[in-house]
Amino acid sequence: MTKPKTSPKTSPKTSTVEVNGFSSRVWTAGSGPKLGFLAGFGGLPKWVPFLDALAEKRTVVVPSLPGFPGGERGHTVLDSHLDWVLAVREILHKAGLDGADLAGSSVGAALAAEMAAIWPQSVRRLALVAPFGLFDEADPPTDPWAQRPPEVPALFCADPKNWEALKAPPEGHNDPEWPIEQVRASEAAARIFWPLGNTRLEKRLPLIEAPTLLIWGGEDKVMPRSYAERFAQAIKGRSEIRVIAGAGHLAELDKPDETAAAILGWMN
Amino acid sequence: MKLMWFHLMPYTDLPDDFREKNPSVWVDIHSSLFDPRRAHHMYNDFMDELEFAAECGFDAICVNEHHSNGYGLMPSPNLIASSLARRTTDTALCVLGNSLALYNPPTRVAEEFAMIDVISGGRLIAGFPVGSPMDTCYAYGQNPSMLRERYLEAHDLVVKAWTAPDTFAFNGRYNQQRYVNIWPRPVQRPHPPIWIPGGGSVETWQWCAEMDYVYCYLSYYGYKAGQATMTGFWDEMAKLGKDRNPYRAGFLQFVGVAETRRQAMELYAEPAEYFYGRCLHIDPRFAGPPGYATEETQRRGIKGMVSQAADASRDTARYETKFQTLAREMDAIVDKGYVIIGSPDEVVEQLTEVATNLNVGHLMMLLQFGNMNKELAKYNTRLFAEKVLPRLSHVHSQWEDHWWPQPMQRAERAAPASFQPGTMAAAE
Repeated sequence: MTKPKTSPKTSPKTSTVEVNGFSSRVWTAGSGPKLGFLAGFGGLPKWVPFLDALAEKRTVVVPSLPGFPGGERGHTVLDSHLDWVLAVREILHKAGLDGADLAGSSVGAALAAEMAAIWPQSVRRLALVAPFGLFDEADPPTDPWAQRPPEVPALFCADPKNWEALKAPPEGHNDPEWPIEQVRASEAAARIFWPLGNTRLEKRLPLIEAPTLLIWGGEDKVMPRSYAERFAQAIKGRSEIRVIAGAGHLAELDKPDETAAAILGWMN
Repeated sequence: MKLMWFHLMPYTDLPDDFREKNPSVWVDIHSSLFDPRRAHHMYNDFMDELEFAAECGFDAICVNEHHSNGYGLMPSPNLIASSLARRTTDTALCVLGNSLALYNPPTRVAEEFAMIDVISGGRLIAGFPVGSPMDTCYAYGQNPSMLRERYLEAHDLVVKAWTAPDTFAFNGRYNQQRYVNIWPRPVQRPHPPIWIPGGGSVETWQWCAEMDYVYCYLSYYGYKAGQATMTGFWDEMAKLGKDRNPYRAGFLQFVGVAETRRQAMELYAEPAEYFYGRCLHIDPRFAGPPGYATEETQRRGIKGMVSQAADASRDTARYETKFQTLAREMDAIVDKGYVIIGSPDEVVEQLTEVATNLNVGHLMMLLQFGNMNKELAKYNTRLFAEKVLPRLSHVHSQWEDHWWPQPMQRAERAAPASFQPGTMAAAE
């Protein structure tokens, strides 16, 4: 077990964008060409070292998705997949990410892939960390919503302390809204991906023209590794698979420097 | 007050080591444990017991809906209720109920309930639970983030389908139907009484008050654990300016009656321990899908934990703890009030207290539970009907029950032919 990576270097600038009457938090840090990031399962209740690593080379822009931390209760008005992709498209547009490089993790990666598929001009280069969106009966993903609470941290991170550090209330913080916000993040993911994680994304992967990097944690316990090949084969643009040793499903939490380096390398 | 006889229809042959060898009685319980030929007898015994209870004079017989569940063999309670409609005469039929969000289109529920109401001559109580997480989100794959809204919309559709005289189009958020016009229509006007089984969520209480529906707290943990919830319910009713008519509420209670308390302990220990040990062995991973509990309910749960005053069932985190700390041995089961046992006098005394303290006019009794066999279930039922029921029916007699079925007059109702196989054709 390594020491949890909790102390960020940067203080991001925080702004908000309005979509469907709900506001979404947008973090911005660093300098250089813009790089968007859509967070994974559980969202980002806190700034994390992975974003520092991205901000060293690029202007990293991190909009919150509806219902995820920073995204208020925006998920509650999204009833269909069309509602979701339109909301995400509008958030990215308003966050100034049109035509920029885009990275996403887990549930956020599935939506990043949708953007590149449906609006090819809106994404320059794409990096996806273990995306949701597919389901193979012969090799199903783990059900993230049917877990005993003590087993959740080790499901999402190779080192459970990394998940715990992200989800623990900030020191001295005893607002009852904090745990509610974490449940809401899981609910928002459920609203779009329940029950199998299958949004029929497979049908739209052939529309993705952007060069796409597929990143997989070597110890991902949620998304089977075989899915990396399925993505790579179906995506129209050039693609490459990179496995990060020692990382779980949310590779950016377990191995922030390695994951950021892979993404930054791909975008250059 | 009304004394109602409730059957869960538990599978009675779960093995002794069920708890040790299986993760859950619900959702992913293994098919190898199910013997259809044994279940044939279970169903028939259970239906005999329900019919027997009706004959003994209980005010209603009650059935409910569960899926992929080893203690509830009624994925469709409507099938059982329609059979009971033919084999009972004056007893109310309480289907508690159909989980509305599971039916597509929900007009299916309006139709089937109307059928039961028509076949029975207007004896149906229509229960509309949201449904447990295990039934709805896991076994039936419903999205927990949309479940409650779907439920509420389906309710509106069903009530309109029962009451609108003309064919109408329903343009809902989750349901769109161009031609809604159910056929048959219910006997009871404007529709059968609607009862809402619920947990302890304040939104459900408020909705019941607004709609003037009966709220039923169907807990397996008895009157002691139920006190906090029912107090919360009545406080909320007072806040909303509603009277304390006990018929606004229903409550479930396990009961075992015998000649003496000691005899009751001996008779009912095995089926009670079977129920609390095996039937409630539920994997906590199916307890709390995100979004199932509203944020307001979560908020109350969190604040309640801080003040140590919350009812455990309000909160998903404690839901799990509850599963793990349940009493499973008879002394504790009785001590905690999960099961009320005793001589008829003792049971009368305790149930009077329950009905009074919880202020409940509809008491639903589980007199068959766990692996109790038909003989013992009938003994419990008969003794209760003869020695307990008559001494309880006067409780709350100063109040009127506005939420009870209004059947057709007896003389107007059909008299189903008695069932004697092989004799009907010969008699023609």
